Amino acid sequence: MTWQANAPPSILEACDLSIVRDGRRILDSVSFSIPTGHFVAVLGGNGAGKTTLFRAILGLDAPSHGGVRVAGHPTRPGQSAIGYMPQSRQMVAGQISGWHMVASALRGQRWGLPWHTPQARAQVNAALAAVDAQGLATRPVASLSGGERQRLLLAQSLLDSPRLLLLDEPLASLDPARMRQTARRIHDLARQRGLTVLISTHDINPLEGFMDSVLYLAHGKALLGSVDEVMTTPALSALYGAPVEVVRAQGRLFVVAEGGGDTLHACDCTGHAD
Amino acid sequence: MLAYEFMRTAFMAAFLVSLVCGPVGWFLVLRGQSFASHALAHVGFAGAAAALLAGLPALAGFGGGAVLGGVAMGLAGQRALGRDVVIGLVLSLALGVGALCLHFLTRSAGAATSLLFGDILGISPATLWGLTGLSLLCLSGLVVLARPLLFASLQPDVAEARGVSLRLLDVLFLSLVALATAECAQITGVLLVFTLMIAPAAASLRLGFGPMTGMAAAAVLALAEAWAGLALSWQTGWPAIFWIAALGCTAFAASSLLSRLCAGRDAVFLRTP
Repeated sequence: MTWQANAPPSILEACDLSIVRDGRRILDSVSFSIPTGHFVAVLGGNGAGKTTLFRAILGLDAPSHGGVRVAGHPTRPGQSAIGYMPQSRQMVAGQISGWHMVASALRGQRWGLPWHTPQARAQVNAALAAVDAQGLATRPVASLSGGERQRLLLAQSLLDSPRLLLLDEPLASLDPARMRQTARRIHDLARQRGLTVLISTHDINPLEGFMDSVLYLAHGKALLGSVDEVMTTPALSALYGAPVEVVRAQGRLFVVAEGGGDTLHACDCTGHAD
Repeated sequence: MLAYEFMRTAFMAAFLVSLVCGPVGWFLVLRGQSFASHALAHVGFAGAAAALLAGLPALAGFGGGAVLGGVAMGLAGQRALGRDVVIGLVLSLALGVGALCLHFLTRSAGAATSLLFGDILGISPATLWGLTGLSLLCLSGLVVLARPLLFASLQPDVAEARGVSLRLLDVLFLSLVALATAECAQITGVLLVFTLMIAPAAASLRLGFGPMTGMAAAAVLALAEAWAGLALSWQTGWPAIFWIAALGCTAFAASSLLSRLCAGRDAVFLRTP
């Protein structure tokens, strides 16, 4: 990877990272280095290992080989340098308000009562304000839409003033206009705060213009580079080990596999309101 | 009514038990584990019957059995809990073992009724001391666990990433539930643990309180229902447990109605700082 030779110091490095789960090699000797402050789209089809990679970065899934370094140190669970927004799951405890939902994550790992000092409350309010979610604070979580819940999760990931944000499919379950809006919001936040962002997505197009680089996962391998370097027919064909075509149509990117296999469905919607 | 020793003991026991059942129940409802208390009560029943047979206090046997069950449930994790057939069979086995123990016990009929339906008027001063100890233990456990438990309940993935051990919390919390269930069953019996553990907590959650207020409200509601049940039982001569169950359902229905009326608006009593 010669392109990183003159890059700024990297906040995140994977070195020869392999992860095996249930006998399946999900990541196979993956190495990359993400420069501080980059906005990185993590692409790949279903089961390509996007969530597994995030869990490895968080120190939750032990690698069978190699490792991950965050800000120069081997990763471990519980470090406040990483803000994490998991893929949204089925909602539990819908009766709880948005504010308490977000607040539960603030130093939630400490033993004691879920009681917050005035400073802690101000921190929660600031995180909500950063994503324009003050209006969601008093509403029960069950009454919120998918996009509104995503915004709460994003607020939660900002609580500890992290340096690295891992956002797992934050654009899923949003309509196209909201996808673009959310991507812009995350991008602007990252700019203001100097955050490094890894954002996993099925669809690269809502991130168009925001990404510094793309980390493309397929068949346990990873390819990191600028959009123009990675999203090309030769580069992705080499990564997939099968003929794959990158098509640009109406200013949008599509990845098309010939003859099936691990296909990336680049987009199933049209027209981003921008 | 309070001139009688057994009534004073009953009111005191209801106080000790409600204080614990409210907050513990609040977490059970929040986590969608309401039936865990029901299941642990069944396992505790076997323990209590065995203890009676061995000549030990029922409360000790109940607590011991339930805690073993709670730890096993916590270790087995969500996978085993999802299997309704397994759960049903374990519960049947527990009740069966309990029935067997009672069969060998000469005064089985009275013991079975008081274990299954509770015997709040028959609580001895010695049991009251046991309840005091258990309540202190449960509440101090909850004071330590509440914060990470809330985090793990609302956002398990993020909690895990923050270094919270979900498995450890599961085991600790279910042990706490087991102890609370053992206490609760002294008043409500094995079969009606829901009335004090779940009904007030569910009503409190419906009202949209925050965590601290919600737990306190659940405790207050449980206490109000238990004491009102005792008073009504004194007036009518009907069993207290009937009144507690009826009041629990009424309070839950009322809070559901209230939250329905306010649907679409902000949570009813919520105060964000």
